[in-house]
Amino acid sequence: MIEIENLSKSFTLHNQGGAVIPVMQGAQLSVGRGECVALVGASGAGKSTLMRMVWGNYLAASGSIRVGGVDLVTAAPRDILALRRETLGYVSQFLRVVPRVPTVDVVAEPLLTLGTPLAEARARAETLLARLNIPRRLWSLSPTTFSGGEQQRVNIARGFVHPYPALLLDEPTASLDAANREVVLTLIEEAKSRGAAIIGIFHDESARARLCDRLVDVTGFTPGAAA
Amino acid sequence: MQATEMSIFAKVKPQAPLLSVKGLSKRYGTRIGCTDVAFDLWPGEVLGIVGESGSGKSTLLSCLAGHLAPDTGEVVFATASGPRDTLRMTEPERRRLARTDWAFVHQNPRDGLRMGVTAGGNVGERLMAVGARNYGSIRDAATDWLGRVEIDASRIDDRPSAFSGGMQQRLQIARNLVTGPRLVFMDEPTGGLDVSVQARLLDLLRGLVREMGLSAIIVTHDLAVVRLLADRLMVMKSGHVVEQGLTDQVLDDPQHAYTQLLVSSVLQV
Repeated sequence: MIEIENLSKSFTLHNQGGAVIPVMQGAQLSVGRGECVALVGASGAGKSTLMRMVWGNYLAASGSIRVGGVDLVTAAPRDILALRRETLGYVSQFLRVVPRVPTVDVVAEPLLTLGTPLAEARARAETLLARLNIPRRLWSLSPTTFSGGEQQRVNIARGFVHPYPALLLDEPTASLDAANREVVLTLIEEAKSRGAAIIGIFHDESARARLCDRLVDVTGFTPGAAA
Repeated sequence: MQATEMSIFAKVKPQAPLLSVKGLSKRYGTRIGCTDVAFDLWPGEVLGIVGESGSGKSTLLSCLAGHLAPDTGEVVFATASGPRDTLRMTEPERRRLARTDWAFVHQNPRDGLRMGVTAGGNVGERLMAVGARNYGSIRDAATDWLGRVEIDASRIDDRPSAFSGGMQQRLQIARNLVTGPRLVFMDEPTGGLDVSVQARLLDLLRGLVREMGLSAIIVTHDLAVVRLLADRLMVMKSGHVVEQGLTDQVLDDPQHAYTQLLVSSVLQV
C-alpha cells in the first residue's frame, strides 16, 4: 500500500548563507495492507521528516513514495489533495482548526468533503467522540480551548472517522491516560484488521510492541551514517 | 437540504480545469505589475495568493477578474458552452460572466456594496440582474442568504451603512454568492476585521466552498488565513510567482529564499 524507494531529502537555508543540509538518503520502506510499521531512531534522526514526506508537506529531492498508486514525489497538488481526501489519513500531534467551529464538525469534516450527508457525518463523529470519552457537553464547543489530551483525542477521532486505507500516526498515545490509551490502541488494531497500512511514530514502547509488525530505524537513512 | 444535494456533485471528479491561466503579464510603463503567471484552477479548489504589498498580487487578481486588461496572456474559463478566453470576450459577454458564474469580494465592503440600498436590496439586486422579477421570491432568497451569513432577518430593511465592518463583509459575500457563482475572487476578505470576526468569516467561507462546490482565488498577506482556507498557494514577489504548490508544503517546506523569509517572519501567538 505504501512503497518508499531510494528517497532522499535536503534542506536549503537561503537566509542562513545558503547552507544545504542533507537529512535523508536512500530511504526504503514498504507497508502492506493490515500492516503497522513503527519508525524508530533518536530525536532528530528523521522520523517526522519521513512521515511528512509521505503526507506531502515536505518535498523529496529524489526517489519515490507510492501510496495507493500515487507517487507523492511527482504528483500534482490536486492528486495529493484527492489522496488525502480518500486514501491517506494523518493524525498529527497538533490540532489545527478554524476557531469557533464545534468539535463535532471538526471531526465530521473529512466525511463532509467526501460528500457524506451532514446528519450521517455528524452521527459518525459523535460515535467516535463518545468512544474516545470526550464529554458530550464539549461536542458543541470549539476544541481550541480543550486540554492537550482532549485535543489529541479530537485529532484521533478526525483521523479515524473515515476508514482510510493508509494511515500516518504521529505519537497517537503521547498525552493520554491509561483508559484512553487503551481506546486508541483498540482503534488502531481495528484499522489494521480492516486492512489499513499504518506508519507510526510511538515513543510508548509497549504500544509499539503490541501494534507493530516491524520496526524501521531511520538512523540508517541518515546521509553518511549508512556506511 | 442544500448540503445533501451538493454532495452528489462533489463525488464526480472533474476532468477539466475551471480556469486555466497562461503567460499573463501586466506592466505599468516600465514597471512590472505581474509577469508570466500560469496556473490551472480545478473545480472545488481554493487557491491562495500571498506576497507583501506591492508584490503584484492585487494586479494579478484584477487581471484575472477582468477589471484590468493585461498586456499578454490568456485566462481561459470553462463556461457552460465550453472553454473560452475571457480576455477575448466582448464587454457584454464579460459583464454577463461577472454577474453569473463569477463573483468578486472586495477588501473594503463599501466597494462591493451599494451603501444607499437596503441589505435585502443589495442581495436582491444581483438576482434581478440575472432576470429574477418576482418580488416575493427575491425577498425570500435574500432572507435565506442573510441567514446563511449570520445576519439577523430583522436587519433586511436596514442599510449597510448601519452595519458593523464584519456584517458589511458578510453582506458583501451574500450579495456575491446568491446567484450561485462557480468562481469567486477575493481580495483580502478578512483584512481589516477583528480576529473574532475573521474566524467566523473563515468558517463561513469554508462551509460555502464545501457545500456549493465553489472555486476561489484569495489574495491575502495573512499566512494563517491561507493555511486554513486554501488548498494551494502561490507566492509572489516583485511581480513574479516565486513558488507555488500545496499550501502546507509551501508553508512547512518553503523552497524559495523569499518564501523562507516570509514564513520565518510570522509572529507566534
